[in-house]
Amino acid sequence: MTTARRDRWTGYAFVGPFLLVYAAILIVPLLMGIVISFNNADLFGRREWIGLANYSQALGDPVLHQAFFNTLTLTLLIVPPLTAIALMLALALNRSTRLAAILRGVFFSSLVLSVTIVTLIWRFILTPDAGLIAEGLQAAGRAPIPFLSDPDLVIPAIAAATLWWSLGFPIMLFLAGLQQVPGDIYEAAALDGASRWTVFRRITLPSIRRTLLLVVMLQTAAQLQIFGQAQLLTGGGPGGASRTIVLYIFEVSFGRWELGYATAIAELLFGMILALTLLQYWLVTRHEGTRA
Amino acid sequence: MSGLELIDVSKSYGATRVLDGVSLSIAPREFVAFLGPSGSGKSTLLRVIAGLETLDAGEIRLGGERIDGLAPGARGIAMVFQHYALYPHMTVRENMAFGLVNAKVPKDEITQRIAQAADILEIGNQLDKKPGQMSGGQRQRVAIGRAIVKQPRLFLLDEPLSNLDAALRNRTRVELAQLRNRVDAALIMVTHDQAEAMTLADRIVVINDRKIQQVGTPAEVYARPANAFVARFVGSPAMAMLPVEVVAGGKDGLRVRLPGGAEVQTAVRSDDLAQGQRAELGLRPEHVSLAAPGSGGIPATVELVERLGDRTFIYARLAEGPEIIAHAPGFSEVRPGDAFTLAIDGAAAHVFTADGTAHHPEPRA
Repeated sequence: MTTARRDRWTGYAFVGPFLLVYAAILIVPLLMGIVISFNNADLFGRREWIGLANYSQALGDPVLHQAFFNTLTLTLLIVPPLTAIALMLALALNRSTRLAAILRGVFFSSLVLSVTIVTLIWRFILTPDAGLIAEGLQAAGRAPIPFLSDPDLVIPAIAAATLWWSLGFPIMLFLAGLQQVPGDIYEAAALDGASRWTVFRRITLPSIRRTLLLVVMLQTAAQLQIFGQAQLLTGGGPGGASRTIVLYIFEVSFGRWELGYATAIAELLFGMILALTLLQYWLVTRHEGTRA
Repeated sequence: MSGLELIDVSKSYGATRVLDGVSLSIAPREFVAFLGPSGSGKSTLLRVIAGLETLDAGEIRLGGERIDGLAPGARGIAMVFQHYALYPHMTVRENMAFGLVNAKVPKDEITQRIAQAADILEIGNQLDKKPGQMSGGQRQRVAIGRAIVKQPRLFLLDEPLSNLDAALRNRTRVELAQLRNRVDAALIMVTHDQAEAMTLADRIVVINDRKIQQVGTPAEVYARPANAFVARFVGSPAMAMLPVEVVAGGKDGLRVRLPGGAEVQTAVRSDDLAQGQRAELGLRPEHVSLAAPGSGGIPATVELVERLGDRTFIYARLAEGPEIIAHAPGFSEVRPGDAFTLAIDGAAAHVFTADGTAHHPEPRA
């Protein structure tokens, strides 16, 4: 065997195990999911080819429409403020003081909490009987607000809990991005008489635009799949006012056992996330001729 | 009309003092080089003048106006950074316009100033490129262009040639020399390369150990170094320093004895050194040569030979240990290990006392 050939086989030997596992638990199920979505299928293995019937059912399903609307609202309520707040905090924490180091740890720590804990904490805050906000309102002589049972308030409440929970990771990404920006271009900007706002707009933001894109893409993909908070905080209620797409998929597959219909919705969601992510990538990178 | 004035400028980082009572005056169109080794404080001084570092004490004036309290952008100073510090996401044109837009210069004038600078620097066809698409030499020009368009009263150049390869460095050196004729401003260049300082600057400010060691024209700094540090730092190869003992002093010139017993008559006329005092004899390579066979001289052994084509430097060691560098015209055939004798031009030698004070040769009164 020649050296080049042996090297190639050594390479395959290293990536092989990973590729096998990756294919077994991700690629194959993804393809199987597509196949199942064309079947009338249940959890017990019954399969009956029905073509696009699941998809046409989805298009006309008012519950799915509501879940779709709820999910989109949540995503819009979460992603822009999350990105903005994380960026502001990262800018504030991007210094080498002791306090900044401690605060970086504090903000990152919410990330390690499981969704169950987060939901529990926010239950304590939001619940109208003896919750943190309710206590405060009562002390001020006002009536408690039923965040989790008012159809108009339940979506903002879930968004608030998610914001609080999700800040840590984007902050870290922004901090990593900010530390890549060479310090001397800030000094050049100081000599060029740039104001703080000009520096932020013309130097900092363009320098971290790829990090910004990454954060928005990751968060959009994550929030379109929002599930745990909605299920644990409200169970999708009241009256479906906080049912999200993934929560609906969960109900259809494990509550109604309609696996074929559930996978069809899942494929639609997958397509939507893919399309949105590509759209964002295109919007941000289309003006970049070559990378600087 | 006054240029830049530094009055007793001091700066510390915590307990570490980095600049200690620096005073300096630079004429409006003068080209000055800050020359010193790494960590001498020369870059800090440049950054203090630019406003990138605050000073702890002292005053900085430019054109008669006090500027040390002003923001960097309000000082009328432009700086060319060592690594250029171009804005990578902006085109060359935007890079050059950025400072002018911030200063609210009218659009027409910005366009005109950029066109003019691009013309001088021959980057007119590169204005829509981004720095990442350009070579190091081209980026250097853009950095200089960004400084020129601001029409500053003072240019600061931080190691402007250190990132360029040898060929480009020589060309840029010529261009910097031309630049100073085109701009109506003073220039300060920080460098650790004494050849750069000698060839470009009107005056050299030698900085070491947080302080100015000497301010003078290149010729002054070379011929009459203020102290032992300047003598060693300026000149390549460096001045050799031989330990000696004063044999006789006075108006006729010091006579000193080398460790081997050989005596050298110098033209240093000073009463500061007494007989028997220890001192150092400073000799530049051009004042040490190979002695003709049989003419006497000081025995030495060759350690290293540098042949430059037009001349040869011979690094040798005297029998008693001290190193000395001799110079021979053309392509010398001596080889490491050779033993030979040296002729010393004592009339050109400097004498340094133990505290580093310099005593220079003086022509007979």
